[in-house]
Amino acid sequence: MSATVPGIVEADVAVVGAGPAGLAAAVSAAEAGAGVVVVDAGPQPGGQFWRHRPETVEPNPEGMGHHGWRTYRDLRARFDAARHTGRITYMPGQQVWMAEKADAGFVVRTTPTVTAGLTSGKADGGSTVVARRLVLCPGGYDRQLPVPGWDLPGVMAAGGIQAFIKGNGALPGKRFVIAGTGPFLLPVAAGIAEAGGEVLAVLESSSPKAWLPYLKPAAGVPGKAVEGVEYAAVFARHRIPYRIRTIVTEVLGTGRTSGARTAKVDADSRVRPGTERVYRDVDVVGFGWGFTPQMELPLALGVETRVDADGSLVGVVTERQESSVPGLFLAGEVTGVGGATLAVLEGHTAGASAAAAPEPAAKLQGLRTTARHRRFAEAMHRAHPVPAAWQDWLAPGTTVCRCEEVTAGEITGARDSLGARDARTLKSFTRAGMGWCQGRVCGFAAACLGAGPGAAPTIESLSGAAKRPLAAPVGIGELAALQTTDN
Amino acid sequence: MNAYTSGDNLPGEPGEVTVTFDGRPLRTSAGQSVGSALVTNGITAWRDTRKHARPRGLFCGIGVCFDCLVAVDGVPNQRACLVEVREGMEIKGSCEPNVHPLAGSEGGRE
Repeated sequence: MSATVPGIVEADVAVVGAGPAGLAAAVSAAEAGAGVVVVDAGPQPGGQFWRHRPETVEPNPEGMGHHGWRTYRDLRARFDAARHTGRITYMPGQQVWMAEKADAGFVVRTTPTVTAGLTSGKADGGSTVVARRLVLCPGGYDRQLPVPGWDLPGVMAAGGIQAFIKGNGALPGKRFVIAGTGPFLLPVAAGIAEAGGEVLAVLESSSPKAWLPYLKPAAGVPGKAVEGVEYAAVFARHRIPYRIRTIVTEVLGTGRTSGARTAKVDADSRVRPGTERVYRDVDVVGFGWGFTPQMELPLALGVETRVDADGSLVGVVTERQESSVPGLFLAGEVTGVGGATLAVLEGHTAGASAAAAPEPAAKLQGLRTTARHRRFAEAMHRAHPVPAAWQDWLAPGTTVCRCEEVTAGEITGARDSLGARDARTLKSFTRAGMGWCQGRVCGFAAACLGAGPGAAPTIESLSGAAKRPLAAPVGIGELAALQTTDN
Repeated sequence: MNAYTSGDNLPGEPGEVTVTFDGRPLRTSAGQSVGSALVTNGITAWRDTRKHARPRGLFCGIGVCFDCLVAVDGVPNQRACLVEVREGMEIKGSCEPNVHPLAGSEGGRE
Protein backbone atom coordinates (compact mmCIF):
# COMPACT_ATOMS: atom_id res chain seq x y z
CA MET A 1 0.00 0.00 0.00
CA SER A 2 1.42 3.31 -1.00
CA ALA A 3 1.43 6.11 1.55
CA THR A 4 2.62 8.78 -0.83
CA VAL A 5 1.31 12.26 -0.18
CA PRO A 6 -1.21 12.76 -2.97
CA GLY A 7 -0.40 15.10 -5.81
CA ILE A 8 -2.82 17.96 -6.41
CA VAL A 9 -4.35 18.48 -9.84
CA GLU A 10 -6.34 21.65 -10.53
CA ALA A 11 -8.95 22.21 -13.24
CA ASP A 12 -11.95 24.32 -14.20
CA VAL A 13 -14.07 21.21 -14.59
CA ALA A 14 -13.53 17.73 -13.16
CA VAL A 15 -15.35 14.83 -14.80
CA VAL A 16 -15.69 11.50 -13.00
CA GLY A 17 -16.17 8.62 -15.42
CA ALA A 18 -15.06 8.04 -19.02
CA GLY A 19 -18.04 6.10 -20.32
CA PRO A 20 -20.60 7.51 -22.78
CA ALA A 21 -21.69 10.37 -20.47
CA GLY A 22 -18.23 11.18 -19.14
CA LEU A 23 -16.54 11.25 -22.54
CA ALA A 24 -19.25 13.51 -23.95
CA ALA A 25 -19.05 15.82 -20.91
CA ALA A 26 -15.27 16.04 -21.08
CA VAL A 27 -15.22 16.75 -24.81
CA SER A 28 -17.98 19.39 -24.59
CA ALA A 29 -16.39 21.16 -21.63
CA ALA A 30 -12.95 21.16 -23.25
CA GLU A 31 -14.26 22.37 -26.60
CA ALA A 32 -16.05 25.19 -24.76
CA GLY A 33 -12.66 26.33 -23.49
CA ALA A 34 -12.48 24.82 -20.02
CA GLY A 35 -9.48 23.02 -18.56
CA VAL A 36 -10.77 19.55 -17.79
CA VAL A 37 -9.58 16.66 -15.62
CA VAL A 38 -11.12 13.25 -16.28
CA VAL A 39 -10.84 10.63 -13.55
CA ASP A 40 -11.83 7.10 -14.52
CA ALA A 41 -11.60 3.78 -12.69
CA GLY A 42 -11.02 1.91 -15.94
CA PRO A 43 -7.64 1.51 -17.63
CA GLN A 44 -8.86 3.04 -20.92
CA PRO A 45 -11.81 5.18 -22.08
CA GLY A 46 -15.18 3.64 -22.93
CA GLY A 47 -16.78 2.71 -19.61
CA GLN A 48 -18.84 -0.47 -19.44
CA PHE A 49 -20.86 0.21 -22.57
CA TRP A 50 -17.84 0.71 -24.84
CA ARG A 51 -15.54 -1.63 -22.94
CA HIS A 52 -13.04 -3.18 -25.34
CA ARG A 53 -9.86 -5.25 -25.42
CA PRO A 54 -6.79 -3.56 -23.90
CA GLU A 55 -5.43 -1.17 -26.49
CA THR A 56 -1.92 -2.44 -25.68
CA VAL A 57 -3.02 -5.71 -27.28
CA GLU A 58 -5.50 -4.43 -29.85
CA PRO A 59 -4.61 -0.82 -30.67
CA ASN A 60 -7.43 -0.11 -33.12
CA PRO A 61 -10.47 -2.03 -31.92
CA GLU A 62 -13.18 -2.41 -34.53
CA GLY A 63 -16.04 -2.33 -32.08
CA MET A 64 -17.40 -5.78 -32.90
CA GLY A 65 -20.65 -6.28 -31.07
CA HIS A 66 -20.77 -2.66 -29.93
CA HIS A 67 -23.62 -0.29 -30.59
CA GLY A 68 -22.85 3.32 -31.35
CA TRP A 69 -19.19 2.54 -32.03
CA ARG A 70 -19.04 5.41 -34.51
CA THR A 71 -20.18 7.76 -31.74
CA TYR A 72 -17.41 6.34 -29.57
CA ARG A 73 -14.79 6.80 -32.28
CA ASP A 74 -15.87 10.42 -32.76
CA LEU A 75 -15.86 11.17 -29.02
CA ARG A 76 -12.56 9.37 -28.60
CA ALA A 77 -10.91 11.32 -31.42
CA ARG A 78 -12.04 14.62 -29.89
CA PHE A 79 -11.02 13.41 -26.41
CA ASP A 80 -7.53 12.47 -27.63
CA ALA A 81 -7.19 15.75 -29.55
CA ALA A 82 -8.03 17.74 -26.41
CA ARG A 83 -5.51 15.68 -24.44
CA HIS A 84 -2.81 16.56 -26.97
CA THR A 85 -3.50 20.27 -26.61
CA GLY A 86 -3.51 19.94 -22.83
CA ARG A 87 -7.20 20.90 -22.48
CA ILE A 88 -7.95 17.51 -20.99
CA THR A 89 -5.87 15.81 -18.32
CA TYR A 90 -6.80 12.13 -18.28
CA MET A 91 -6.35 10.06 -15.12
CA PRO A 92 -7.21 6.42 -15.93
CA GLY A 93 -7.05 3.60 -13.39
CA GLN A 94 -8.07 5.93 -10.56
CA GLN A 95 -11.22 5.40 -8.54
CA VAL A 96 -12.72 8.19 -6.51
CA TRP A 97 -13.03 7.34 -2.84
CA MET A 98 -14.18 10.71 -1.57
CA ALA A 99 -15.76 13.86 -3.02
CA GLU A 100 -16.32 17.02 -0.97
CA LYS A 101 -17.64 20.53 -1.46
CA ALA A 102 -15.00 23.19 -0.79
CA ASP A 103 -14.99 26.99 -0.84
CA ALA A 104 -13.66 27.23 -4.38
CA GLY A 105 -15.63 24.30 -5.75
CA PHE A 106 -15.01 20.60 -5.25
CA VAL A 107 -12.28 18.31 -3.99
CA VAL A 108 -12.11 14.79 -5.38
CA ARG A 109 -9.71 12.25 -3.88
CA THR A 110 -8.59 9.23 -5.86
CA THR A 111 -6.81 5.96 -5.27
CA PRO A 112 -5.53 3.46 -7.86
CA THR A 113 -8.20 0.93 -8.91
CA VAL A 114 -5.59 -1.81 -8.98
CA THR A 115 -2.85 -1.77 -6.33
CA ALA A 116 0.34 -0.06 -7.43
CA GLY A 117 2.94 -2.41 -8.83
CA LEU A 118 0.44 -4.82 -10.34
CA THR A 119 -0.12 -2.76 -13.46
CA SER A 120 2.24 -1.57 -16.12
CA GLY A 121 0.47 1.80 -15.87
CA LYS A 122 1.98 4.96 -14.54
CA ALA A 123 -0.33 5.74 -11.64
CA ASP A 124 1.18 4.43 -8.43
CA GLY A 125 -0.53 6.58 -5.87
CA GLY A 126 -3.65 8.60 -5.27
CA SER A 127 -4.29 12.19 -6.29
CA THR A 128 -6.40 15.10 -5.18
CA VAL A 129 -8.36 16.93 -7.85
CA VAL A 130 -9.54 20.46 -7.11
CA ALA A 131 -12.07 21.90 -9.57
CA ARG A 132 -14.53 24.78 -9.72
CA ARG A 133 -17.22 22.56 -11.20
CA LEU A 134 -17.79 18.84 -11.04
CA VAL A 135 -19.56 16.51 -13.48
CA LEU A 136 -20.35 13.07 -12.08
CA CYS A 137 -20.88 10.31 -14.67
CA PRO A 138 -20.23 7.19 -12.58
CA GLY A 139 -22.63 4.94 -14.51
CA GLY A 140 -24.29 1.90 -13.01
CA TYR A 141 -24.18 -1.86 -12.75
CA ASP A 142 -26.61 -4.78 -12.97
CA ARG A 143 -29.34 -4.77 -10.40
CA GLN A 144 -29.67 -8.16 -8.73
CA LEU A 145 -32.43 -10.08 -7.03
CA PRO A 146 -31.41 -13.06 -4.89
CA VAL A 147 -32.55 -16.56 -5.79
CA PRO A 148 -31.61 -19.90 -4.21
CA GLY A 149 -28.16 -20.92 -5.44
CA TRP A 150 -27.19 -17.53 -6.91
CA ASP A 151 -23.99 -17.45 -4.89
CA LEU A 152 -22.57 -20.48 -6.72
CA PRO A 153 -19.57 -19.80 -8.95
CA GLY A 154 -20.83 -19.75 -12.51
CA VAL A 155 -23.64 -17.35 -11.68
CA MET A 156 -22.77 -13.96 -13.13
CA ALA A 157 -24.33 -10.58 -13.61
CA ALA A 158 -25.63 -10.38 -17.18
CA GLY A 159 -23.53 -7.26 -17.70
CA GLY A 160 -20.55 -9.09 -16.21
CA ILE A 161 -20.80 -11.72 -18.94
CA GLN A 162 -20.91 -9.00 -21.58
CA ALA A 163 -17.97 -7.19 -19.96
CA PHE A 164 -16.03 -10.45 -19.88
CA ILE A 165 -16.54 -11.02 -23.60
CA LYS A 166 -15.85 -7.40 -24.60
CA GLY A 167 -12.81 -7.01 -22.37
CA ASN A 168 -11.18 -10.43 -22.75
CA GLY A 169 -12.32 -11.59 -26.17
CA ALA A 170 -13.16 -14.91 -24.51
CA LEU A 171 -16.19 -16.65 -23.04
CA PRO A 172 -16.63 -17.45 -19.33
CA GLY A 173 -18.24 -20.81 -20.20
CA LYS A 174 -19.81 -22.76 -23.03
CA ARG A 175 -23.49 -23.18 -22.13
CA PHE A 176 -25.49 -20.25 -20.76
CA VAL A 177 -28.94 -19.43 -19.41
CA ILE A 178 -29.75 -15.70 -19.27
CA ALA A 179 -32.59 -14.51 -17.05
CA GLY A 180 -34.17 -11.40 -15.60
CA THR A 181 -36.02 -8.61 -17.33
CA GLY A 182 -35.52 -5.91 -19.93
CA PRO A 183 -34.07 -5.42 -23.40
CA PHE A 184 -30.49 -5.60 -22.06
CA LEU A 185 -30.77 -9.39 -21.89
CA LEU A 186 -30.89 -9.45 -25.70
CA PRO A 187 -27.44 -7.99 -26.48
CA VAL A 188 -25.95 -10.14 -23.73
CA ALA A 189 -27.34 -13.33 -25.29
CA ALA A 190 -26.53 -12.17 -28.82
CA GLY A 191 -22.94 -11.39 -27.76
CA ILE A 192 -22.51 -14.87 -26.28
CA ALA A 193 -23.85 -16.54 -29.42
CA GLU A 194 -21.73 -14.40 -31.76
CA ALA A 195 -18.64 -15.30 -29.69
CA GLY A 196 -19.39 -19.00 -30.13
CA GLY A 197 -21.20 -19.81 -26.88
CA GLU A 198 -24.47 -21.70 -26.63
CA VAL A 199 -27.44 -19.86 -25.14
CA LEU A 200 -29.91 -22.49 -23.93
CA ALA A 201 -32.58 -19.87 -23.24
CA VAL A 202 -33.27 -16.25 -22.48
CA LEU A 203 -35.88 -16.03 -19.74
CA GLU A 204 -37.83 -12.78 -19.52
CA SER A 205 -40.06 -12.38 -16.46
CA SER A 206 -42.28 -9.84 -18.19
CA SER A 207 -44.27 -10.13 -21.41
CA PRO A 208 -44.12 -8.10 -24.64
CA LYS A 209 -47.78 -7.28 -23.95
CA ALA A 210 -46.52 -5.01 -21.18
CA TRP A 211 -45.31 -2.65 -23.92
CA LEU A 212 -48.82 -2.10 -25.33
CA PRO A 213 -49.66 0.98 -23.24
CA TYR A 214 -46.32 2.52 -24.22
CA LEU A 215 -46.24 2.23 -27.99
CA LYS A 216 -46.16 5.99 -28.44
CA PRO A 217 -42.99 6.69 -26.46
CA ALA A 218 -41.47 3.54 -27.97
CA ALA A 219 -42.15 4.84 -31.50
CA GLY A 220 -40.43 8.09 -30.53
CA VAL A 221 -37.07 6.31 -30.57
CA PRO A 222 -37.20 4.19 -33.74
CA GLY A 223 -33.51 3.28 -33.45
CA LYS A 224 -34.38 1.01 -30.54
CA ALA A 225 -36.81 -0.97 -32.69
CA VAL A 226 -34.06 -1.40 -35.31
CA GLU A 227 -31.77 -2.76 -32.58
CA GLY A 228 -34.56 -5.11 -31.52
CA VAL A 229 -34.86 -6.45 -35.07
CA GLU A 230 -31.09 -7.01 -35.22
CA TYR A 231 -31.22 -9.07 -32.04
CA ALA A 232 -34.22 -11.04 -33.31
CA ALA A 233 -32.13 -11.96 -36.37
CA VAL A 234 -29.23 -13.11 -34.18
CA PHE A 235 -31.64 -15.14 -32.02
CA ALA A 236 -33.12 -16.79 -35.11
CA ARG A 237 -29.70 -17.52 -36.62
CA HIS A 238 -28.46 -19.16 -33.42
CA ARG A 239 -31.84 -20.70 -32.50
CA ILE A 240 -31.93 -19.03 -29.08
CA PRO A 241 -35.25 -19.70 -27.32
CA TYR A 242 -36.78 -16.56 -25.80
CA ARG A 243 -39.26 -17.49 -23.08
CA ILE A 244 -41.53 -14.87 -21.61
CA ARG A 245 -43.05 -14.80 -18.12
CA THR A 246 -40.39 -17.29 -17.07
CA ILE A 247 -37.94 -17.08 -14.19
CA VAL A 248 -35.10 -19.09 -12.67
CA THR A 249 -36.37 -20.44 -9.36
CA GLU A 250 -33.09 -22.11 -8.35
CA VAL A 251 -29.52 -22.35 -9.57
CA LEU A 252 -28.39 -25.96 -9.27
CA GLY A 253 -24.94 -27.28 -8.48
CA THR A 254 -22.39 -28.22 -5.83
CA GLY A 255 -19.28 -26.08 -5.78
CA ARG A 256 -20.23 -24.57 -9.13
CA THR A 257 -23.24 -24.00 -11.34
CA SER A 258 -24.45 -27.09 -13.16
CA GLY A 259 -28.05 -26.26 -14.02
CA ALA A 260 -31.06 -24.03 -13.56
CA ARG A 261 -34.59 -24.81 -12.44
CA THR A 262 -37.13 -22.53 -14.08
CA ALA A 263 -40.86 -21.88 -13.89
CA LYS A 264 -43.52 -19.85 -15.63
CA VAL A 265 -45.05 -16.95 -13.72
CA ASP A 266 -48.50 -15.39 -14.05
CA ALA A 267 -49.17 -11.72 -14.78
CA ASP A 268 -48.65 -10.96 -11.07
CA SER A 269 -45.25 -12.73 -11.24
CA ARG A 270 -46.42 -15.62 -9.04
CA VAL A 271 -44.95 -19.01 -9.92
CA ARG A 272 -47.45 -21.20 -11.80
CA PRO A 273 -47.37 -24.68 -10.25
CA GLY A 274 -46.55 -27.51 -12.63
CA THR A 275 -44.57 -25.37 -15.08
CA GLU A 276 -41.13 -26.31 -13.74
CA ARG A 277 -38.35 -27.25 -16.08
CA VAL A 278 -34.67 -28.00 -15.54
CA TYR A 279 -31.79 -26.97 -17.80
CA ARG A 280 -28.76 -29.21 -17.30
CA ASP A 281 -25.05 -28.93 -18.11
CA VAL A 282 -25.16 -25.18 -17.68
CA ASP A 283 -21.82 -23.44 -17.09
CA VAL A 284 -23.08 -19.91 -16.55
CA VAL A 285 -26.39 -18.46 -15.41
CA GLY A 286 -26.56 -14.71 -16.07
CA PHE A 287 -28.99 -12.47 -14.18
CA GLY A 288 -30.00 -8.91 -14.98
CA TRP A 289 -32.93 -7.03 -13.43
CA GLY A 290 -32.22 -3.62 -14.86
CA PHE A 291 -29.45 -1.44 -13.48
CA THR A 292 -28.47 0.25 -10.25
CA PRO A 293 -27.06 3.74 -10.71
CA GLN A 294 -23.81 4.30 -8.81
CA MET A 295 -25.09 6.91 -6.36
CA GLU A 296 -22.49 7.11 -3.61
CA LEU A 297 -20.68 10.25 -4.89
CA PRO A 298 -23.85 12.28 -5.62
CA LEU A 299 -25.20 11.25 -2.19
CA ALA A 300 -21.95 12.14 -0.46
CA LEU A 301 -22.26 15.63 -1.93
CA GLY A 302 -25.87 15.91 -0.77
CA VAL A 303 -27.83 16.06 -4.04
CA GLU A 304 -31.61 15.97 -4.03
CA THR A 305 -32.83 12.52 -5.09
CA ARG A 306 -35.99 10.81 -6.29
CA VAL A 307 -37.11 7.24 -6.95
CA ASP A 308 -37.26 6.62 -10.70
CA ALA A 309 -39.88 4.56 -12.58
CA ASP A 310 -37.68 1.45 -12.20
CA GLY A 311 -37.36 1.81 -8.42
CA SER A 312 -33.81 3.17 -8.62
CA LEU A 313 -32.60 6.07 -6.52
CA VAL A 314 -31.45 8.81 -8.94
CA GLY A 315 -30.36 12.43 -8.77
CA VAL A 316 -32.72 15.31 -9.61
CA VAL A 317 -31.31 17.58 -12.33
CA THR A 318 -32.32 20.68 -14.26
CA GLU A 319 -32.46 20.87 -18.07
CA ARG A 320 -28.78 21.89 -17.88
CA GLN A 321 -28.04 18.65 -15.93
CA GLU A 322 -27.25 20.67 -12.80
CA SER A 323 -28.06 18.97 -9.49
CA SER A 324 -29.49 20.70 -6.41
CA VAL A 325 -25.87 21.38 -5.39
CA PRO A 326 -24.71 24.46 -7.34
CA GLY A 327 -21.83 23.68 -9.68
CA LEU A 328 -22.41 19.93 -9.47
CA PHE A 329 -23.68 18.32 -12.68
CA LEU A 330 -24.91 14.75 -13.20
CA ALA A 331 -25.17 12.81 -16.45
CA GLY A 332 -25.90 9.25 -17.48
CA GLU A 333 -27.41 6.51 -15.34
CA VAL A 334 -27.31 8.55 -12.09
CA THR A 335 -30.10 10.76 -13.46
CA GLY A 336 -32.20 7.72 -14.44
CA VAL A 337 -31.17 4.59 -16.31
CA GLY A 338 -31.75 5.24 -19.99
CA GLY A 339 -28.92 3.78 -22.04
CA ALA A 340 -25.88 5.11 -23.85
CA THR A 341 -27.55 7.40 -26.38
CA LEU A 342 -29.29 9.33 -23.62
CA ALA A 343 -26.10 9.31 -21.55
CA VAL A 344 -24.14 10.92 -24.40
CA LEU A 345 -26.81 13.61 -24.86
CA GLU A 346 -26.81 14.37 -21.16
CA GLY A 347 -23.03 14.33 -21.02
CA HIS A 348 -22.77 16.95 -23.77
CA THR A 349 -25.25 19.19 -21.98
CA ALA A 350 -23.56 18.70 -18.60
CA GLY A 351 -20.08 19.39 -19.99
CA ALA A 352 -21.15 22.53 -21.84
CA SER A 353 -23.08 23.75 -18.79
CA ALA A 354 -20.16 23.08 -16.46
CA ALA A 355 -17.85 25.02 -18.78
CA ALA A 356 -20.42 27.84 -18.67
CA ALA A 357 -20.55 27.73 -22.46
CA PRO A 358 -22.94 30.10 -24.28
CA GLU A 359 -26.23 28.39 -25.17
CA PRO A 360 -25.45 26.20 -28.17
CA ALA A 361 -27.58 26.68 -31.28
CA ALA A 362 -28.55 23.04 -31.32
CA LYS A 363 -29.69 23.21 -27.73
CA LEU A 364 -33.45 23.01 -28.29
CA GLN A 365 -33.14 20.10 -30.68
CA GLY A 366 -30.86 18.37 -28.19
CA LEU A 367 -33.30 18.85 -25.34
CA ARG A 368 -36.15 17.45 -27.44
CA THR A 369 -34.11 14.37 -28.32
CA THR A 370 -33.16 13.96 -24.67
CA ALA A 371 -36.82 14.21 -23.64
CA ARG A 372 -37.82 11.58 -26.23
CA HIS A 373 -35.18 9.17 -24.92
CA ARG A 374 -36.28 9.81 -21.33
CA ARG A 375 -39.87 8.93 -22.25
CA PHE A 376 -38.64 5.75 -23.94
CA ALA A 377 -36.63 4.83 -20.84
CA GLU A 378 -39.67 5.32 -18.63
CA ALA A 379 -41.79 3.13 -20.91
CA MET A 380 -39.08 0.47 -20.79
CA HIS A 381 -38.97 0.56 -16.98
CA ARG A 382 -42.75 0.19 -16.79
CA ALA A 383 -42.84 -2.66 -19.33
CA HIS A 384 -40.00 -4.52 -17.57
CA PRO A 385 -40.60 -3.98 -13.86
CA VAL A 386 -38.92 -5.81 -11.04
CA PRO A 387 -41.53 -8.59 -10.58
CA ALA A 388 -43.96 -7.66 -7.80
CA ALA A 389 -43.86 -11.10 -6.17
CA TRP A 390 -40.11 -11.76 -6.31
CA GLN A 391 -39.87 -12.00 -2.53
CA ASP A 392 -42.12 -15.08 -2.68
CA TRP A 393 -39.48 -16.88 -4.73
CA LEU A 394 -37.03 -16.89 -1.83
CA ALA A 395 -36.52 -19.62 0.75
CA PRO A 396 -35.70 -18.50 4.32
CA GLY A 397 -32.17 -19.85 3.81
CA THR A 398 -31.55 -18.00 0.54
CA THR A 399 -28.45 -15.82 0.73
CA VAL A 400 -29.32 -12.16 0.13
CA CYS A 401 -26.11 -10.39 1.16
CA ARG A 402 -23.32 -12.33 -0.54
CA CYS A 403 -20.46 -10.64 1.32
CA GLU A 404 -21.71 -11.15 4.88
CA GLU A 405 -23.79 -14.23 4.00
CA VAL A 406 -27.05 -12.92 5.42
CA THR A 407 -30.14 -14.92 4.54
CA ALA A 408 -33.63 -13.79 3.55
CA GLY A 409 -34.96 -15.32 6.79
CA GLU A 410 -32.54 -13.29 8.90
CA ILE A 411 -33.59 -10.08 7.14
CA THR A 412 -37.35 -10.67 7.32
CA GLY A 413 -36.87 -11.83 10.93
CA ALA A 414 -35.16 -8.55 11.81
CA ARG A 415 -37.93 -6.70 9.98
CA ASP A 416 -40.81 -8.50 11.67
CA SER A 417 -39.49 -8.96 15.19
CA LEU A 418 -37.07 -6.04 15.57
CA GLY A 419 -38.82 -3.45 13.40
CA ALA A 420 -35.86 -3.09 11.02
CA ARG A 421 -37.69 -1.65 8.02
CA ASP A 422 -34.96 0.40 6.35
CA ALA A 423 -31.57 -0.53 4.97
CA ARG A 424 -29.63 1.28 7.68
CA THR A 425 -31.36 -0.52 10.57
CA LEU A 426 -31.15 -3.82 8.72
CA LYS A 427 -27.40 -3.26 8.45
CA SER A 428 -27.00 -2.87 12.18
CA PHE A 429 -29.13 -5.89 13.08
CA THR A 430 -28.09 -8.34 10.37
CA ARG A 431 -24.87 -6.99 8.78
CA ALA A 432 -26.58 -7.07 5.36
CA GLY A 433 -24.64 -4.63 3.17
CA MET A 434 -21.73 -4.32 5.60
CA GLY A 435 -19.16 -6.37 3.66
CA TRP A 436 -16.73 -5.69 0.83
CA CYS A 437 -19.29 -4.46 -1.69
CA GLN A 438 -21.00 -2.22 0.89
CA GLY A 439 -24.48 -3.21 -0.27
CA ARG A 440 -23.93 -2.45 -3.94
CA VAL A 441 -25.19 -5.92 -4.83
CA CYS A 442 -27.81 -6.61 -2.13
CA GLY A 443 -28.82 -3.00 -1.32
CA PHE A 444 -31.91 -2.89 -3.53
CA ALA A 445 -33.13 -6.35 -2.50
CA ALA A 446 -32.50 -5.70 1.20
CA ALA A 447 -34.35 -2.37 0.98
CA CYS A 448 -37.33 -4.14 -0.66
CA LEU A 449 -37.30 -6.94 1.94
CA GLY A 450 -37.27 -4.35 4.70
CA ALA A 451 -40.20 -2.52 3.13
CA GLY A 452 -42.15 -5.81 3.04
CA PRO A 453 -43.89 -7.77 0.26
CA GLY A 454 -45.37 -5.54 -2.42
CA ALA A 455 -44.13 -2.30 -0.81
CA ALA A 456 -41.74 -0.12 -2.78
CA PRO A 457 -38.51 0.95 -1.11
CA THR A 458 -38.33 4.61 -0.15
CA ILE A 459 -35.76 7.32 -0.87
CA GLU A 460 -34.59 7.02 2.73
CA SER A 461 -34.06 3.27 2.59
CA LEU A 462 -32.36 3.34 -0.83
CA SER A 463 -30.11 6.20 0.31
CA GLY A 464 -29.34 4.26 3.48
CA ALA A 465 -28.09 1.41 1.31
CA ALA A 466 -26.10 3.67 -1.05
CA LYS A 467 -24.62 6.17 1.42
CA ARG A 468 -21.09 5.08 2.16
CA PRO A 469 -18.45 6.93 4.16
CA LEU A 470 -15.84 5.88 1.59
CA ALA A 471 -16.84 5.31 -2.02
CA ALA A 472 -14.00 2.83 -2.62
CA PRO A 473 -11.69 0.83 -0.37
CA VAL A 474 -8.53 2.80 0.49
CA GLY A 475 -5.32 1.97 2.27
CA ILE A 476 -4.75 3.32 5.75
CA GLY A 477 -1.85 5.34 4.29
CA GLU A 478 -4.24 7.41 2.24
CA LEU A 479 -6.35 8.22 5.27
CA ALA A 480 -3.21 9.17 7.18
CA ALA A 481 -2.04 11.37 4.31
CA LEU A 482 -5.48 12.99 4.23
CA GLN A 483 -5.11 14.26 7.79
CA THR A 484 -1.69 15.70 7.12
CA THR A 485 -2.97 17.52 4.03
CA ASP A 486 -5.93 19.05 5.81
CA ASN A 487 -4.17 20.25 8.99
CA MET B 1 -12.06 -30.82 -16.26
CA ASN B 2 -11.01 -27.92 -18.42
CA ALA B 3 -14.24 -27.40 -20.26
CA TYR B 4 -13.03 -24.28 -22.01
CA THR B 5 -9.39 -23.53 -22.33
CA SER B 6 -7.43 -20.57 -23.51
CA GLY B 7 -7.63 -22.19 -26.94
CA ASP B 8 -11.23 -21.06 -26.99
CA ASN B 9 -10.29 -17.40 -27.05
CA LEU B 10 -11.61 -15.55 -30.04
CA PRO B 11 -9.30 -15.34 -33.05
CA GLY B 12 -6.55 -12.79 -33.36
CA GLU B 13 -4.88 -13.32 -29.97
CA PRO B 14 -1.26 -12.33 -30.07
CA GLY B 15 1.18 -13.12 -27.31
CA GLU B 16 0.95 -16.09 -24.99
CA VAL B 17 1.44 -15.41 -21.29
CA THR B 18 2.16 -17.91 -18.53
CA VAL B 19 1.05 -17.25 -14.97
CA THR B 20 0.81 -19.55 -11.97
CA PHE B 21 -2.24 -20.28 -9.86
CA ASP B 22 -1.33 -21.77 -6.47
CA GLY B 23 1.94 -22.82 -8.08
CA ARG B 24 0.34 -24.48 -11.09
CA PRO B 25 1.29 -22.93 -14.44
CA LEU B 26 -1.59 -21.64 -16.56
CA ARG B 27 -1.32 -20.48 -20.12
CA THR B 28 -3.33 -17.53 -21.24
CA SER B 29 -2.95 -14.67 -23.66
CA ALA B 30 -1.92 -11.05 -23.31
CA GLY B 31 -4.66 -8.64 -22.40
CA GLN B 32 -6.70 -11.13 -20.32
CA SER B 33 -7.82 -10.32 -16.82
CA VAL B 34 -6.69 -12.62 -14.03
CA GLY B 35 -10.33 -13.74 -13.76
CA SER B 36 -10.41 -14.60 -17.44
CA ALA B 37 -7.12 -16.49 -17.21
CA LEU B 38 -8.54 -18.62 -14.39
CA VAL B 39 -12.02 -19.21 -15.80
CA THR B 40 -10.85 -20.04 -19.32
CA ASN B 41 -8.56 -22.62 -17.71
CA GLY B 42 -11.57 -24.21 -16.01
CA ILE B 43 -10.97 -22.70 -12.56
CA THR B 44 -14.31 -21.20 -11.57
CA ALA B 45 -13.76 -20.66 -7.82
CA TRP B 46 -10.68 -19.46 -5.97
CA ARG B 47 -11.94 -18.15 -2.67
CA ASP B 48 -13.99 -19.49 0.25
CA THR B 49 -16.28 -17.20 2.21
CA ARG B 50 -15.45 -16.46 5.86
CA LYS B 51 -18.69 -17.63 7.46
CA HIS B 52 -19.74 -20.77 5.61
CA ALA B 53 -16.63 -21.46 3.50
CA ARG B 54 -18.70 -21.20 0.33
CA PRO B 55 -16.77 -21.12 -2.96
CA ARG B 56 -16.62 -17.87 -4.90
CA GLY B 57 -15.32 -16.72 -8.27
CA LEU B 58 -16.41 -14.10 -10.79
CA PHE B 59 -19.82 -12.51 -10.33
CA CYS B 60 -20.24 -8.87 -11.37
CA GLY B 61 -17.22 -8.87 -13.68
CA ILE B 62 -16.69 -5.10 -13.36
CA GLY B 63 -15.16 -4.51 -9.93
CA VAL B 64 -18.35 -3.84 -7.98
CA CYS B 65 -18.99 -7.03 -5.97
CA PHE B 66 -15.53 -8.07 -4.68
CA ASP B 67 -16.51 -11.76 -4.93
CA CYS B 68 -13.47 -12.56 -7.08
CA LEU B 69 -10.78 -11.44 -4.62
CA VAL B 70 -7.44 -13.12 -5.15
CA ALA B 71 -3.81 -12.56 -4.11
CA VAL B 72 -1.57 -11.35 -6.92
CA ASP B 73 2.22 -11.33 -6.58
CA GLY B 74 1.81 -11.43 -2.81
CA VAL B 75 -0.69 -8.55 -2.65
CA PRO B 76 -3.96 -9.83 -1.14
CA ASN B 77 -7.54 -8.73 -1.90
CA GLN B 78 -7.16 -7.91 -5.58
CA ARG B 79 -10.21 -8.05 -7.84
CA ALA B 80 -9.44 -10.75 -10.40
CA CYS B 81 -11.79 -9.11 -12.91
CA LEU B 82 -9.71 -5.89 -12.92
CA VAL B 83 -6.07 -7.02 -12.80
CA GLU B 84 -4.50 -7.75 -16.17
CA VAL B 85 -2.20 -10.77 -16.42
CA ARG B 86 1.54 -10.29 -16.82
CA GLU B 87 4.15 -12.90 -17.67
CA GLY B 88 5.19 -14.78 -14.53
CA MET B 89 2.43 -13.37 -12.35
CA GLU B 90 1.80 -15.42 -9.20
CA ILE B 91 -1.88 -15.79 -8.41
CA LYS B 92 -3.04 -17.37 -5.17
CA GLY B 93 -6.52 -18.33 -4.08
CA SER B 94 -7.35 -17.08 -0.61
CA CYS B 95 -8.59 -20.42 0.64
CA GLU B 96 -4.98 -21.28 1.47
CA PRO B 97 -4.67 -22.48 5.11
CA ASN B 98 -2.20 -19.71 5.96
CA VAL B 99 -4.58 -17.06 4.70
CA HIS B 100 -7.84 -18.02 6.25
CA PRO B 101 -8.72 -20.29 9.16
CA LEU B 102 -11.81 -21.94 7.68
CA ALA B 103 -9.91 -23.22 4.69
CA GLY B 104 -9.15 -26.87 4.58
CA SER B 105 -12.34 -27.70 2.77
CA GLU B 106 -11.60 -27.80 -0.91
CA GLY B 107 -15.23 -27.12 -1.66
CA GLY B 108 -14.43 -24.34 -4.03
CA ARG B 109 -11.93 -26.19 -6.12
CA GLU B 110 -12.89 -28.11 -9.14
